[in-house]
Amino acid sequence: MKIVVDFDKCKSNAVCMGAAPEVFEVRDDNFLYILQEAPGEDQRPAVEEAVRTCPTGAISVEG
Amino acid sequence: MDHIVVVGASLAGLRAVETLRREGFAGRLTLVGAERHEPYDRPPLSKDYLAGTADRAAIALRKDGFDDLDVVLRLGETAHSLDVDARTVGISDSTVAFDGLLIATGAHPRTLPTQPALDGVHTLRTVEDADAISKWIDGGARLCVIGAGFIGAEVAATARGKGREVTVLEALPQPMVRGVGPVIGAVLARLHRAHGVDLRLGVGVQSIAGEGRVERVHLVDGSVVACDVVLVAIGALPSTDWLTDSGLTVDNGVVCDAALRAAPGIVAAGDVCRWPNAAFDDELMRIEHWTNAAEQGVHAARTLLAGESAEPFVTVPFVWSDQYDVKIQSAGRFSADDRMEVVSGSTDDDRFVAIFERAGRVSGVLGFSQPRRVMQYRRFIADSASFADALAFAAENP
Ligand SMILES: Cc1cc2nc3c(=O)[nH]c(=O)nc-3n(C[C@H](O)[C@H](O)[C@H](O)COP(=O)(O)OP(=O)(O)OC[C@H]3O[C@@H](n4cnc5c(N)ncnc54)[C@H](O)[C@@H]3O)c2cc1C
Ligand code: SF4
Repeated sequence: MKIVVDFDKCKSNAVCMGAAPEVFEVRDDNFLYILQEAPGEDQRPAVEEAVRTCPTGAISVEG
Repeated sequence: MDHIVVVGASLAGLRAVETLRREGFAGRLTLVGAERHEPYDRPPLSKDYLAGTADRAAIALRKDGFDDLDVVLRLGETAHSLDVDARTVGISDSTVAFDGLLIATGAHPRTLPTQPALDGVHTLRTVEDADAISKWIDGGARLCVIGAGFIGAEVAATARGKGREVTVLEALPQPMVRGVGPVIGAVLARLHRAHGVDLRLGVGVQSIAGEGRVERVHLVDGSVVACDVVLVAIGALPSTDWLTDSGLTVDNGVVCDAALRAAPGIVAAGDVCRWPNAAFDDELMRIEHWTNAAEQGVHAARTLLAGESAEPFVTVPFVWSDQYDVKIQSAGRFSADDRMEVVSGSTDDDRFVAIFERAGRVSGVLGFSQPRRVMQYRRFIADSASFADALAFAAENP
């Protein structure tokens, strides 16, 4: 599983961080950091929730 | 289950359809929506779309079309009745049988009892509303917003961004004072005034008047606001008229059980749904925010498929609002009489976090341009953590 974020769409509201804190982090500079670009399968449900709840549809998953 | 009908083709309804297919539902699927359009996103209607920086394509909720969902789209059609026993729903002039029904008819704007049908008087819920308002704003109209809630405040901010003259009228002594309390209400008031909004608080609207088109708003105190366009933004009501004789319990929304079931084989999701939220002592909640509609759409679909073994929907409500260059976010369920503590930054600036306490627990968090912290405190709320724990975290993470 590979995480792709469209940073032109991302609005740094950290919803994804709420869903999958081990994968996404919005830091105090208000930018989104992807902590793991290829997280393990155990992260899939959390990542899928992040994909569904990202208000700008910025996250997609390959594989 | 052979045929599932989803009524309401917006965020909650679409997420439900996507979930049903993803989780293996192979029967017939029908999505009914009163609007002519394929599902689109509403939050940009008061922000980027109104400003003109996002277009129609950018706000489509489904960019890759509907083919792979194998769903019958009945757009521009309205459900007008439901027979729970016969398991049929009346759509336009047809009667459609279902095995499972998902109600996602959302909400519609509340209007003033005295609201005249004058040209230039608007509410904002649909893309047509946004198009009409943006035409006025782009044409240089002076805007008068009635109601300083999220939508009113955002439209005011967008119109100021275009240099328009904006007056905002609010009946209460501070914007959103019932939700966020007087301190943050005052911060919001300061924000709008700093951006040139003529914000009038504690005022009542007497009437909206004009010859053929709106020209002015009369206030109870006798003063008059001259304007070319009026936005009435005084809240929304759940769209449940079509369910009045259905036998479902309708009371400020479709009343559901913890798993979002309104009756056997009938579920609800989104702005129309009222359900007991175990995260807040089973308080019956109806939430009018994007994240909730997205999550409930998924959950209600799962409940339909799971039958008896359905799980409860438990959530800490979350909402964001973009006003000027400030990203306002809040999570939880708090009211003005909760104790408030600023745990990061200062309310003298437009960058801070405040948390709210009720009965020793963290009931809510609100931040200005602090998304990371808001999400961290949202977790304390979800975990029913003590307020003391949150303060200890705050001491280490200013
Ligand atoms: C201008 C604006 C800005 C917003 N900004 C934010 C924001 O910044 N953050 C946030 O969290 N939330 C925001 N929201 C709220 C968010 O958009 C809603 O919570 C969300 O749209 C709810 O989705 P829903 O699917 O439950 O209902 P809705 O989006 O209301 O959709 C219901 C659909 O059902 C249709 N319908 C109704 N009755 C029938 C019927 N009888 N038959 C067939 N179809 C029917 C309606 O036409 C509509 O298309 C905003 C809302 C608006 C209007
Ligand atoms: S939820 Fe979406 S918009 Fe928000 S920070 Fe994550 S990727 Fe960006």
